[in-house]
Amino acid sequence: MTPIVEVRDLHKRFGELEVLKGIDFTVAEGEVVSIIGASGSGKTTLLRCLNLLEEFHRGDVLIGGEAIGYHLRRGQRVRIGEREVARQRAMTGMVFQAFNLFPHMSALDNVTLGLTKVRGMPRPQAVELADHWLDRVGMLKRRDHRPSQLSGGQQQRVAIARAIAMSPKVMLFDEATSALDPERVGEVLETIRSLAQEGMTMVLVTHEMRFARDVSDKVVFMEDGRIAEQGPPQRLFLNPESPRLQAFLKTSSF
Amino acid sequence: MDWTYFFNEVVNNRDALLHGTAITFAVSLIAILTGTVLGIVIGIAVTYGNKPLRWPARLYIDIIRGTPVLVLVLATFYVSAAVGLNFNAFQAGALALTLFCASHVGEILRGALQSLSRGQIEAGRAIGLTFDGIFRYILFPQALRYALPTWITAAVEMVKASTLLSVIGVAELLLTTQQIISNNFLNMQFYLLAGVIYFLIDFAIEQVGRFIGRRLDQPTRRTV
Amino acid sequence: MNYHFNFAPILEQWPLLLSGIGLGLLLALVSIAIGSVLGLVVAFASRAPSRWLRSLAFTWISILRNLPILVIVLFLFFGMPQLGLSLDKITSFVVALSLYASAYMAEVFRGGLLSVPQGLVEAGQAIGLTSLRIKRYIVLPIMFRNALPAFGNNFISLFKDTSLAATIAVPELTFYARKINSETFRVIEVWLVASLLYIVCCYAITLVLRAMEKRLVLEKA
Repeated sequence: MTPIVEVRDLHKRFGELEVLKGIDFTVAEGEVVSIIGASGSGKTTLLRCLNLLEEFHRGDVLIGGEAIGYHLRRGQRVRIGEREVARQRAMTGMVFQAFNLFPHMSALDNVTLGLTKVRGMPRPQAVELADHWLDRVGMLKRRDHRPSQLSGGQQQRVAIARAIAMSPKVMLFDEATSALDPERVGEVLETIRSLAQEGMTMVLVTHEMRFARDVSDKVVFMEDGRIAEQGPPQRLFLNPESPRLQAFLKTSSF
Repeated sequence: MDWTYFFNEVVNNRDALLHGTAITFAVSLIAILTGTVLGIVIGIAVTYGNKPLRWPARLYIDIIRGTPVLVLVLATFYVSAAVGLNFNAFQAGALALTLFCASHVGEILRGALQSLSRGQIEAGRAIGLTFDGIFRYILFPQALRYALPTWITAAVEMVKASTLLSVIGVAELLLTTQQIISNNFLNMQFYLLAGVIYFLIDFAIEQVGRFIGRRLDQPTRRTV
Repeated sequence: MNYHFNFAPILEQWPLLLSGIGLGLLLALVSIAIGSVLGLVVAFASRAPSRWLRSLAFTWISILRNLPILVIVLFLFFGMPQLGLSLDKITSFVVALSLYASAYMAEVFRGGLLSVPQGLVEAGQAIGLTSLRIKRYIVLPIMFRNALPAFGNNFISLFKDTSLAATIAVPELTFYARKINSETFRVIEVWLVASLLYIVCCYAITLVLRAMEKRLVLEKA
């Protein structure tokens, strides 16, 4: 079976600085993969390459078997056109650290925008689907609220609904709870956990070690632009092989 | 189009043009300098004054800023004569621009002072400074720094507004231009020339303002 | 001082004064509408990838902001006919004020564009919107809301600038004030009334705009 996400020899530079130095990993259908590592190790950049918010310079990213972002023309890597990029981005759903809800729209319109403008769904159908997902994340009662009227945790749940309503092949979470007040973290983690249990394929960049241990099928530890170690959470958290991971886990709180 | 004729006319009228430009400079400078002094008083009154001080200052700012400068110029010119003040056009015009400039500066200073945090006043009190001391050593220097770039932009506004004095007969650059045009009918060329001169003056002031603004943005003292 | 106030000769002319204000407001409205459209184009050009387009935008803004509006008005009305472009006084004034407004509105919109967080653009990209749609559904609506207070200030400035139309005999409020001034010699009264009318109008515009801002400006999330 083809993996949902396949990353092969991925390299990425910011100017002179190489932040990804050859990344290989796969995510199978229904799998939940957590990427952990110190800040600056390249985890967020890796995630942003998966939906082309960052360009990359070498290697391939395949989503559902389709190479994204580039194609070969006479042996040259060429960036694909804007419409194609937009289509490929919609294959993944992204949840941002800062929620990034559209402040001038209600929770409902935040969710329906992509459905009507990208998926071309008629409005009544889009509203029905949006209501379904808002209900699923526990936000149906506040569908007509503006983001400024919602707490951080509520905003993030709407953002999850906005991403997942597009029926992506994989959901990407970029430190989805880092900007939240401590008492709001739980509700968002709970939402993510229940989606995971339903079989949604996910890649999470997270600092929540306990959560990563509990929900992941696989954990990827990044160090200085490379994957230092990957495997099932039990092994990585209980018997880390590399001294780097051992040191990292010692300084992380559970 | 006969550009040689135009160039000859510029040369023939160069003294008048220079004189007009000088008047423009003079009246703008008077307005900016006296207007700034008056404006600082008004700005302080409106920010920190007690009620009998604050209200007239606020009213002054709102009235002047709510009136078009042209109306201010015309009103000053006609009313000063009607009440028996024997101002000539230059004096009346300079007065109008000064009043206008003062309301601008007052508002700029108010904005700058109010942007400073209350914590600084409290910190000043905590080390035993009186309000006078706090204002003189803490608030005013900061407000000045903050307001300087905006103040220089206000100078551009003054130069632009000085053109309105042509309406009451002050022979500044624009009226001089109109007088020259009435002799040679080179409307397009001479208005263009006036435009270029005004642009150069204003652009120069604007660049000075940008330069000072950039300098002020940088920390004045580096930590070693 | 022995001056006897007599407002009657001025107040008798209220239909003229009122039509003067009406024309002034109309001139300001038309000019800010045209100026906003132009200014929006200039604002986008000032952030375009092409360096040539960017410097064109900045030159446009710099020239118009540093010219006295009266010089622009006179140049267009008296100078342009020499190039074979004769406009009637009202059209000519509207063109002048619109050009002038476009530079200021371009600055307003530029600030508004910069105020739209990059994260929202990325959120739009992430759900698969093309850049044109991101502009239309996300960037522009937020920009307009953020730009509203500055837009209001510019509208008030433009309304006051309509007084300059008097110099080319456009019959707005200042034109009538001068006319009544020379016909009645009630000098103090006429200028008091004229200033007061401008102040009241500016204040009324401020109130309307504040009400709009309350409804439209976005609180920080």
